[in-house]
Amino acid sequence: MTLLEVEKLRVAFRTRGLRAKPVEVLHGVSLEVAAGETLGLVGESGSGKTTIGRAVLGLVKPSGGSIRFDQREISGLSRRERRTLAPDIQVVFQDPYSSLNPAMTIGEILSEPLVVQGTVAKGARARVRALLDQVGLPSDASERLPREFSGGQRQRVAIARALALEPKLIVCDEPVSALDLSTQARVLDLFIDIQRRTGVSYLFVSHDLTVVRHISHRVAVLYQGDLVETGPAPDVTSTPSHPYTQRLLLAAPVADPALQRRRRERRARLRTSTAV
Amino acid sequence: MSTDRDHGSTTAEAASTGAVAAGHAVPRMPMWQRVLRDPQAVITLGTLIVIMLLGALAPFITPYGPNQTDLHAVNAPAGTPGYPLGADESGRDILTRLLHSINTATVSALIGAATALVVGATAGLVGGYFGTRTRAVTEWMFNLVMTFPGVLLLIVLMPVTGGDYRWTMLIFGVLLSPGIYRIVRNLVVGVKNELYVDAARVSGLTDLRILGRHVFFVVRGPIIIATAFMAGSAISVQSGLAFLGVGSREIPSFGAMISSGFRNLYIAPTQFLWPSLLLGLITTSLVLLGNALRDVVEGSKPAPAKVGAGQRAEVVADAEDAAAGTPALLDIHDLAISYPDPAGKQREVVRGLSLRIERGQTVGLVGESGSGKTQTAFATLGVLPDEAVITRGSIRFEGRELIGLTDAQLRPLRGKAIAYVPQEPMSNLDPSYQVGTQLVEDVRWALGLDGPEAKRRVLALLERCGITDPERTFRAYPHEISGGMAQRVLVAGAVASRPKLLIADEPTTALDVTVQAEILDLLRDLQAELGMAILLVTHNFGVVADICDHVAVMQAGRIVEVGEVARLFAEPRHEYTRMLLGSILDEKTVRADPPLVASEEGIRP
Repeated sequence: MTLLEVEKLRVAFRTRGLRAKPVEVLHGVSLEVAAGETLGLVGESGSGKTTIGRAVLGLVKPSGGSIRFDQREISGLSRRERRTLAPDIQVVFQDPYSSLNPAMTIGEILSEPLVVQGTVAKGARARVRALLDQVGLPSDASERLPREFSGGQRQRVAIARALALEPKLIVCDEPVSALDLSTQARVLDLFIDIQRRTGVSYLFVSHDLTVVRHISHRVAVLYQGDLVETGPAPDVTSTPSHPYTQRLLLAAPVADPALQRRRRERRARLRTSTAV
Repeated sequence: MSTDRDHGSTTAEAASTGAVAAGHAVPRMPMWQRVLRDPQAVITLGTLIVIMLLGALAPFITPYGPNQTDLHAVNAPAGTPGYPLGADESGRDILTRLLHSINTATVSALIGAATALVVGATAGLVGGYFGTRTRAVTEWMFNLVMTFPGVLLLIVLMPVTGGDYRWTMLIFGVLLSPGIYRIVRNLVVGVKNELYVDAARVSGLTDLRILGRHVFFVVRGPIIIATAFMAGSAISVQSGLAFLGVGSREIPSFGAMISSGFRNLYIAPTQFLWPSLLLGLITTSLVLLGNALRDVVEGSKPAPAKVGAGQRAEVVADAEDAAAGTPALLDIHDLAISYPDPAGKQREVVRGLSLRIERGQTVGLVGESGSGKTQTAFATLGVLPDEAVITRGSIRFEGRELIGLTDAQLRPLRGKAIAYVPQEPMSNLDPSYQVGTQLVEDVRWALGLDGPEAKRRVLALLERCGITDPERTFRAYPHEISGGMAQRVLVAGAVASRPKLLIADEPTTALDVTVQAEILDLLRDLQAELGMAILLVTHNFGVVADICDHVAVMQAGRIVEVGEVARLFAEPRHEYTRMLLGSILDEKTVRADPPLVASEEGIRP
């Protein structure tokens, strides 16, 4: 069952200056996310991958195309209508430092969406405890401020906030890129674990093919505002057909000196062959 | 399957979670408590409160009314019985009038500042938060207000206000509001792009709630500060108007008193002194209070920077050279660096680190954030921040001790024999100069070349570093080039002097993987060509595998394992190295479990 359907999505940003032409960053991207599925969205900076996520979240306005969620068109909604989608679509951002209000305690951060949706204070407290437990944080965390936590722990708080309303889709915008290596793996496992338990779908945006391979069922590769390749994760991430994806795959260094030397040579050959 | 990973890795984070749980919480001090700890704030606030209390209690302190005249007392000198500060030209008690003037000043300050606050802050929040069209409207209105000649307008509007200073202050408040509007609008425009505001929108919060909960707390501090200053200026303007004789003469005010004192300057020279002193005391207190609040709210006073002394070291280097034979290119021994923690105690971030780099080697310094790898690099470069202290150890470059050298002594090394490539290429280029000009400056200084020769050299270097159109890049400003290009430029600048050691601090972390691969290729080629050694600080084992021949693993300020790359990857000896290598997402793991079918409704919790 298709949960999210993005069709020929275009997004253009206005530029400064009189009569300056808007810059189009997405040139008609189509993709689908099924219920319970992870779609990994890979691309380098400027590819427009984050913009797709923000368009789905209603944080940028598309200039064309459609975004359907649960068979309902959501791309042109007003702010008021958009708020009714909050229980269904949530987000985890890249930067666990700026995505949590430094002046609010963890408990306040987690209960805010609940209270807005009409949960009474007592129910919210119980839910906050359950959420903290779900993401593996101690229950006394709710009295503390974000700055008392490490990056990985803050990201767990952000995940808990996204889960608070039991959404059907979570847009994950580079959620592990700012984390240390060992933390990265554990937070990814948490994402997978939560998906297995709740059946939530992820639109998982990342520049790191290894991370995407780890968590995605299907992968879409974005290059300068266009989708160049999409398909099942094993195919796209091990035997990519598009040259750009191949380059991307070979460019990421692997933690094995001998293997990395071979890859480097393959990359050099690929470069000379495409240059000719 | 991804969750089947070695469970040893989970214990590490569990331990750190436990640390948070067990470690005593950093005491959260509310703002008012911090204000009460600042002597300047306490003194000025206390002064103001005492003065205001005196004003409020005026009817009980003196037997006279503010406008009660006694012809026997006209221009009575200070010390006359019943008139401790004397009486003025109409025989009114100066002390009484002084006390009543305080009330006028207080009311002026309250009305003026409150009006400015309400008008400015509301418009600032709205104009900053909502779209460009709303902002254009508010902007235009406040620009218009700013064009009004303030005091003149207040005088012209006197017939409208009926001479009542309270109405005047209300209008003056509106005239002051653009100041607040600008502060608030700028802060809101900044905070609006914070991710937590986006997250709040996604959580379904109404705009009003977002403004109230997430945006307002950011602007709170600066507003409080500005209010203190505005109260001062409201009092000054009210006094100024009264001094000019504008407005009701019935109202006792400092301005009117000073004016009357001036008229009698030759008869009773001290008359104008008292109101001037009190007015001065009040406005000074307000300004100093504003400054104190700013220090409290916006962080401490800047520490005075010292120039040229080099970094602080508590060790005395041995005069004798290291062991006989050819010394290593870089030999760091038992290095410890400490920083003061918020409580003022010294906390070591590098705790006895030893590392040797031979000529031509590429050594990777790996570790997680906070392990002290960048501090080690900075100490070698001699650019540790002022609060850092090297508590022990030695850093020898070609046998010469670097610790304890002044900036002047380090200069011949830094940027010449020891070069540096930073993590953020963009923030290391000055946005207001052309890329080429900045490089020429470096090259002229490092190599002692004249202008044209240095330019030729820079163009050659840029070309060597893989920049296809060196002339164009030379003339470009930093914002006109990409991050990868900027990093090539910085690499070009670093290798210009043919350094013996290149310290690269996460040189590719901010770059895309395809660009990262190119920069690593460039570094590898340059190294082969120049025979320099590279100290590469990174958290990415893939980068280490790609370019390094030796690697040192850091944990909590120490090196736990060091060795040849092939050996260390194949058979890591230290448990921490094994943990790090174990948590690398490997090449083969692909998500294998199929998506849960969400049509089974019972699954959602």
